[in-house]
Amino acid sequence: MSTLTNTSTTPSTRKSFAFYAKYLFVRLGVLPFLLLAAIIIFSLLSENFLTGRNVMNVFRQSSYLMLIAMGQMFALLTGGFDLSVGTIVAITSVVSAIVMSTLFSLYPDAIWLSISVGALVGLFVGTSIGLINGIGVAIFKVNPFMMTLGMSSVGFGAALYLTGGSPVYGMPMDFSDTFGFGKLLGIPAPIWICFLCFAALALLVNWTRTGRYFYAVGGNLKAAQLSGINTKKMLMLAYMISGLVAAVCGILLTARLDTGEANIGASFPLESIAACVIAGVSLRGGVGRIGNVVLGALFIGLITNGMNLARIESYLQTVVIGLLLIFAVIADQLRLKLMASLQD
Amino acid sequence: MAIQESTPSALEACPTELGPHSHSSQMKHGQSNRIQNINTNNEKVQPLLKLDRISKLYPGVVALDKMQLTIMPGEVHILFGENGAGKSTLISTIAGAHQASSGDMYFAGEKVLLHSVQEARKLGISAVFQEFSLVPQLSIAENLFLGAEPLRAGLLDQTANLTAAKALLSKLGFELDAEQKVAYLSRAEQQMVEIAKAFRTEPKILILDEPTASLTEKESDRLFELVSQLKAKGVGIIYITHRMSEIRRIGDRITIMRDGKYISTLNVKDTSEDALLTLMTGRVIDKVFPKVAFHPTSTALSINNLSTKDNSLKKVSIEVKRGEIVGLAGLIGSGKSELLRACFGLEPLASGSVHFNGEEVTGFSPKQMLDRGFFYNSADRKNEGLAMNRSCRENITLASLTTQRFSLGLFLKRFKELKECKDLAKKLQLQPFNIEREVENFSGGNQQKVLLAKCLTRDVSLYVFDEPTVGVDVGTRTEIYQLIANLCESGAAVVLISSDLPEIIHLSHRAYVMYRGELKAELSGTNINEQMLLNHFFERECTL
Repeated sequence: MSTLTNTSTTPSTRKSFAFYAKYLFVRLGVLPFLLLAAIIIFSLLSENFLTGRNVMNVFRQSSYLMLIAMGQMFALLTGGFDLSVGTIVAITSVVSAIVMSTLFSLYPDAIWLSISVGALVGLFVGTSIGLINGIGVAIFKVNPFMMTLGMSSVGFGAALYLTGGSPVYGMPMDFSDTFGFGKLLGIPAPIWICFLCFAALALLVNWTRTGRYFYAVGGNLKAAQLSGINTKKMLMLAYMISGLVAAVCGILLTARLDTGEANIGASFPLESIAACVIAGVSLRGGVGRIGNVVLGALFIGLITNGMNLARIESYLQTVVIGLLLIFAVIADQLRLKLMASLQD
Repeated sequence: MAIQESTPSALEACPTELGPHSHSSQMKHGQSNRIQNINTNNEKVQPLLKLDRISKLYPGVVALDKMQLTIMPGEVHILFGENGAGKSTLISTIAGAHQASSGDMYFAGEKVLLHSVQEARKLGISAVFQEFSLVPQLSIAENLFLGAEPLRAGLLDQTANLTAAKALLSKLGFELDAEQKVAYLSRAEQQMVEIAKAFRTEPKILILDEPTASLTEKESDRLFELVSQLKAKGVGIIYITHRMSEIRRIGDRITIMRDGKYISTLNVKDTSEDALLTLMTGRVIDKVFPKVAFHPTSTALSINNLSTKDNSLKKVSIEVKRGEIVGLAGLIGSGKSELLRACFGLEPLASGSVHFNGEEVTGFSPKQMLDRGFFYNSADRKNEGLAMNRSCRENITLASLTTQRFSLGLFLKRFKELKECKDLAKKLQLQPFNIEREVENFSGGNQQKVLLAKCLTRDVSLYVFDEPTVGVDVGTRTEIYQLIANLCESGAAVVLISSDLPEIIHLSHRAYVMYRGELKAELSGTNINEQMLLNHFFERECTL
């Protein structure tokens, strides 16, 4: 737009361009800039990066983290964390695999019955762990950090105990074919399920009372209480949603691996919190948008994929993710400062 | 003493040209002699501290507006003004806790720019703030020397620390055990430690912000003794207090501020209390407070012999009718706030009963009370009232989302919410008019408007306003009073809990005075006046 104006007005237009860049940064946060930078850098580093196949690949790989991060957002919104998401993935994987393979070996004809019962038991277990987290945090006032850290140890131990440390086999082939490798309209199943969860949670968080109350509880617990909100219920619900979505992710990963594994999901707590923080979710609670959280998870998936294509060693990748997280937090602090200076 | 020679009016009339030494004799001298005269006078009456057009801006708020102040050696200078007049901001600026947005500060004639409390301390400016800056886990001795610990070979010298602390405490005459942890001290004792901390270095300027608020009479006497000792040594003392008796007892000069602005500096001896109050409030009361029609109808709330578990209430009974404003007055901690909080389900009850619109509601939760039309508007908007990092819109409707007005089954009527919030914001003249902006980015007065708007989004038959005008400027206050008056005249019952006496006097039809958890008096009509209210505030005769 500045090229169209004549020379005399150029300085002011330039100034307003800087202003708009600042304004966009303040409005949207650091994430769009990071995404853009990542896409440009990786498409320069590797010509395969921007191919249709790879893009679909990135989405599929990121869909697991997207799910976890969406659940994590609810815990963060209320001013807590959920460090047990990794464990919930593991124990869901183990439990649903055991139930499925047991049922399948007893009733080899009832393929879909065993799949659905196995999945439902898995979802139930995940949500229950979330409920226990919620009870600890809301009723017994245990610090969310300690509560979910403790539960993550409990869950991990239980998953290892159930399996004796070895993977669980013997699930129906259809399970893995459908939920792990299946496609609908050319789009992989995990992306569909992730999308459905996103739609449901976005509706919940933006268009229902319950959703509004999460923000209120995280924004000011006492004010929420005085406004007639059952804050204990909301806290419990937040951890239950986190547990439920982690369980969905656990079942999808089980289908992809075709085994029940006790050793999966260890990186999820950090990565999901990272995705949320990069997406502008406040660690103090009350602030965060679910659409941005999905983009945050996509960004982490994009970085991982891009670094794989650029043949960066996996150990170094962990370093990069950690540094990016810290960078995002610093950028967010800068944003808050700028926001204050832009106030009219 | 030097200050008596210079009249305050002359002081303030030409501070930049002549400095604070414009004796009438000096005025006779010609232009050419002026420089020499200033030099000779400087030796006599060099002001310790001079503030020139100090302003402090916060986003959306002007806390200090071209404020000026001159402190002479050996004087006790009282800072006087309403809550929110900017006294605290001013002393924090002097003490280096934060920096002025514009204006100059001169210390002993030299221009200084203070970046931290440490810098101010090095110059000799020590402050005792209302909020304690003590570490509860550390002992008194450790607190006294925090940041200036005696060292020996680079390591902490515990013995020297303790000895020095004991010497300091005994010099001040405070009977405290230097080895005790601060966490175990009473508020008064903590206040004494805080004062002792200010005396650790030899201060040239000492700032005391309502130091006697939590001291006993004996401790206060001791403090005044110290103050006069310091005065004799030539220390300049800035003293904030609301108590007239203290102003008379120790004050030399007094500076009145209002809404962040400098109003006047007077000699304490030459002023009357009435003059001070007029200068402090600076407004014609009739314009601020609306006349509220009084048409009481049925009883909305009746409280019988209510006691709380923590003893903040002891067998209190009151009654509130529809169509009347009932004032609740008393000191902080008198139970005036706790009484209505207890009805709203915020304090655990021990005994007694609460009836609301004919129904027994003893021990109901906030949600149950809201559903019955009882709205408690908290005094503490930051901690209890508003979710600061959420938008105005979300805060305004938060307590009403369960009603059909904003909800259809599970879902929110977001467009209706938007429209109604806009209407409300317009009605309340929200500034700036942007309901999607986070509450924390509004000024205090506008935040208060958002808080009040919360109770206008649902059907309410009893409004409880707990300190509705805390930290609110006069203009907004008038709007808030008008709002309260309208609510009452439309037939609702209103309870007004306030520490601001004029508010109680001018708005309430009936008033209750609380004292130490008990109901002390019920006043009505013309009996609601300052003298009557204050008489019941204290155990013995009032000090004001």
